[in-house]
This record gives sequence, C-alpha cells and structure tokens, in this order.
Amino acid sequence: MELIVEGVSHRYGDVTALDGIDIAARAGEILALIGPSGCGKSTLLGIMGGILAPSAGRVMLAGEARAGTLNPLTYVFQDFALLPWRTVEGNVALALEHHRLDPGERAARIDDVLARTGLGDFRAAFPKQLSGGMRQRVGIARALAVKPSILLMDEPLSALDAQTRELLMEDFLALWLRERITAVWVTHNLAEALRVADRVAVLSRRPGRLRDVVAIGVPQSERGHDAAQRDLAALHDRLWALIKAEAQVAEREVADHGAAG
Amino acid sequence: MAPQAEGHAPARPLPFRGGGYLPTPRHGAALVAFVAIIAIWELAVRQRWVTPLFLPAPSSVLAALREVAEAGTLWRHVSESLLRIAAGWTVGTLAGLAVGFSMGLFSLARAVGLPIVSALFPIPKIALLPLLILWLGIGEVSKIATIALGVFFPTVIAVYSGIDGVPRSLIRMGQSFNLPWRDIVRKIVLPGALPGILAGFRITASIALILLVSAEMIGAEYGIGAFILAAGNLMLTDQLLAGVVCLSALGLAIGAILSRLERWLLRWR
Ligand SMILES: Nc1ncnc2c1ncn2[C@@H]1O[C@H](COP(=O)(O)OP(=O)(O)OP(=O)(O)O)[C@@H](O)[C@H]1O
Ligand SMILES: [Mg+2]
Repeated sequence: MELIVEGVSHRYGDVTALDGIDIAARAGEILALIGPSGCGKSTLLGIMGGILAPSAGRVMLAGEARAGTLNPLTYVFQDFALLPWRTVEGNVALALEHHRLDPGERAARIDDVLARTGLGDFRAAFPKQLSGGMRQRVGIARALAVKPSILLMDEPLSALDAQTRELLMEDFLALWLRERITAVWVTHNLAEALRVADRVAVLSRRPGRLRDVVAIGVPQSERGHDAAQRDLAALHDRLWALIKAEAQVAEREVADHGAAG
Repeated sequence: MAPQAEGHAPARPLPFRGGGYLPTPRHGAALVAFVAIIAIWELAVRQRWVTPLFLPAPSSVLAALREVAEAGTLWRHVSESLLRIAAGWTVGTLAGLAVGFSMGLFSLARAVGLPIVSALFPIPKIALLPLLILWLGIGEVSKIATIALGVFFPTVIAVYSGIDGVPRSLIRMGQSFNLPWRDIVRKIVLPGALPGILAGFRITASIALILLVSAEMIGAEYGIGAFILAAGNLMLTDQLLAGVVCLSALGLAIGAILSRLERWLLRWR
C-alpha cells in the first residue's frame, strides 16, 4: 500500500509545525524522515497515520491492503507504549482482542510474531522485567500481529543504547526484507537512516518544510558490503551538509529562546 | 613496604565516602521498640510515677477490654460502628467513583464538576452533621450520610486525577490500533487509574474512621465513639482506652485489607 501526503501544513496555536509537505511513501519501501529536533517529524507521522488532523492538506491511500490486515496503518512508538499491567503476550493480544478472530488464529498470530521477534521465552514477562531492546521488540511484535500494510515508526530506536540499537536494526531489517511492508521511519540519526531507508526525506527546522528527498541506490541487504561503502559515504556527506546547517540554526534558536525567557 | 606509585609519594587507600542515607531493613526493631514502650508504660503506672486515673496501665486497659467483651456490650458497640462505616464508605465511594469517572472521561462533566468539587472539598464534613440531622433525623441515616459525604469528595478527586494521570501515549496507542472507546476505557484508562484510586481508598478509609467517631460522639447510643465518650464522662479511663484500642485495631484491619487488595490488583508493579 502507498501513502501520499498532499500539501500538508499543521499549526499548534500560532506555532507552525509543518508547512506545505508533499511526499509519498511508495509501496514496499522504507522512507526515512530526518530533521532537527522539533521540526515536526512526529506531527507529520501522526497526520500520516490518521491520529492527528492536519490544519491544511490531505493524506491519501493508494493500493490494496495486504491479505489478513487488521489495522492497515500501524505505529511503533519511541517510548514503546506498552501496558505495564499486561504481560508480553497480553500486550500483543491487545491489538487483536477487539477483532473477530477465532481463538486458534489469534493464538497462532501471537505465537508467530513472538517467535519472529525473539520473544518466545518472554511471553509471560511484564514490561518492567525487560530491557529497553526487548520492550521495543514487544512493540514491533504487537505491530506485526495485525499484519500492517504500512508501518509508521517514530524514532523506534532512539530510547535504546548504541549496541542494542544496532542489533535491533539488523533484526528488524531481516524481518522487513521477507515481507517488504511499506514503512515510514522517523529518526534524527543519519547513520540509521542510511542503513534502513530506500529514500531519505530531509526536513528543515521549524516550520518543517521538505528540503530534499534522496534515494539510496543500494539495496539494504548489500549495504554492509565494501563495494557499497563509497556510494554510502558520498550520500552521507551530501545529507550531512544539508542537515548540519539546519541543526546548527535550530540549536541556536532554542538557546535564544532560553536567553529571552 | 607500602605499595608505591611509580617513583612518587607513597600511595594511600582512597577514603570511602558513600554509605548511609539508604534505608536498610532492620527486622524486629519495631517490635522491640513497641514492647519496650508498653513495658515502660506499665512500669511507670506500677511505680506510681503517673496516676492510674489519668493513664491506666496497659494491663488494666486489657482487663477493661475483656470485661466489656464478656458482658457483650463491646460487640454491640463495635458492630454498630462497623455497620455505619461500611455503609457510609460504600455509598460515598460508589458515588465518588461514578462522578470521578464521568469527570475523567467527559469534558462537560469535568467543566461542571471540577469547580463544584473544588469548592465543597475543603469543608470539614462533620460541620454538616447538624444540618444533616435536621434533614434526615437523628438516626443512622444522618451519620451514614456524613461519612459518605466525607468519603465522596476525596474519591472523586482521586479517580479524576488517576484518570488524568494515565499517559496520553497509551491512549494514543489504543486509538492507533483502532480499539473501540469502551475497550480503551476498560483496558487502558481503568487499569492505569487504579493505583491512584487505591491510594485514594487509603485516605478515604481514615477520613471515614474520623467521621464515624465524631458522629457517634455527637449523637449515638451505641458505637465505639459513644462508648469512649460515655467512659470519659464517668472518668473510666481504662474503658476509654479500651475503646481507643478497638479503634486502632479497626484502623489497622482496614489498612491490612487495603494492602492485600493493592498487592493483588497491582501485582504487575
Ligand atoms: N500538542 C502540541 N501543542 C503545541 N505544540 C506542539 C504540540 N506538539 C508539538 N508541538 C510543537 O510543534 C513542533 C513540532 O513537534 P514534533 O513533536 O512534531 O517535532 P519532532 O520533529 O518530532 O521533534 P523531536 O525530534 O523532538 O521528536 C515543536 O516545536 C513542538 O514544540
Ligand atoms: Mg518526535
């Protein structure tokens, strides 16, 4: 399925968060959204998933949902958004309980996603007993359980330490390569965007405008290879040049606010 | 020879500066202190350091307690008190839950309810007992209504702020998975507000106990409060303290029940 953003702007009171965004997540790709902090990435993702109404513009869906989809547009959250009073299994089940599924299929879906995310041994554990990486695996398992057509991931790895982030990114890519679910991946980490994305969309500082969309020609499975390193390094430099100036100005803006207030 | 840093002054062990300030469990210390206080009290009375009329010894309090228990009057007093507190607390809590949930879930109910609750919450409810007696008569209903009123407002506030404290991100998550409203309330809001609601129960239980005794002292024939007041009027300090012991036992029992409930309902914590 494809998600098309047409002329979306958003204001919170008199703060303009987004200004005239036009972009599409194409079927089967991972689109990374990158931009300085506070530029409206989460706002855009909320609008793309239909949990936030834009002040102007619209979001269109094209193409058929996957077979078995219960919730076409599904989020993975930065803070995991797990219910602390439910076990791993219960948290995954939450996404299925209100759908008409026969109990056999429900159990099968839960078993399947827990196995695929490496949580088989943790199904009876409560979130507080798990490490950050394991918690986000639960978040991913819950998202996969509804067989989404589009995954909306808001900085899914930002709350994790560097090693865990690396491991989880590889595992996610391995899962993703088998099904190629259309995904929008918000991050402020350039290396992460260059590892997972097919295309990287760069947003300016607030009000968020689309600065550029850069396609990464190398398939995800080959990015570790030496041959790809040169291309990726060039892309990295190009994107960093775009982001650096924005980030510098954005940082100073915040400092100015502090000095004024 | 002392270990030597390479060619420099002799090395000294680093002084330890941590430690302290951390509560470490000292099992049995509380029990020992409790027994010691009782023993000193008993000794003080036996040695006539204090007049038994003003402060009877623990042994005489116990004897008085046994006496009224065997005469059957104790049970009469305690059962009437239990009935009143149970009825008053239940009515106040049910009403408070209903109003608190509406205020937590519906903006209209919140807009109307919050100023009213905030305005009426600080009134000491015992001040309303004379008015309630005029309205409802001197009998049970006015006492139960006083307790219910006293319990109602803190319950409303506990439930309302408990719901308010449920992380928005969890509700967003529920919406993003298309959970129906009823499911979001039942599976996310209610369990999320539960710790706050249970903490509120602790507060309302102690308020109910205070109001129970006050109401019984103002106008009741039976009840622990009435028993204490009557004993005081006759200067029967041993019976008076026996009544106080009953109250503290009642308070402890309620606390224990609530702890059990919390441990069971919040075992995920
Ligand atoms: N509910 C809200 N009310 C008012 N202003 C808001 C609200 N949510 C976000 N904003 C403001 O809108 C701007 C964009 O916020 P948003 O969370 O979308 O940015 P972001 O790019 O996701 O930032 P971050 O990198 O910190 O996650 C920020 O300046 C923020 O302060
Ligand atoms: Mg954000």
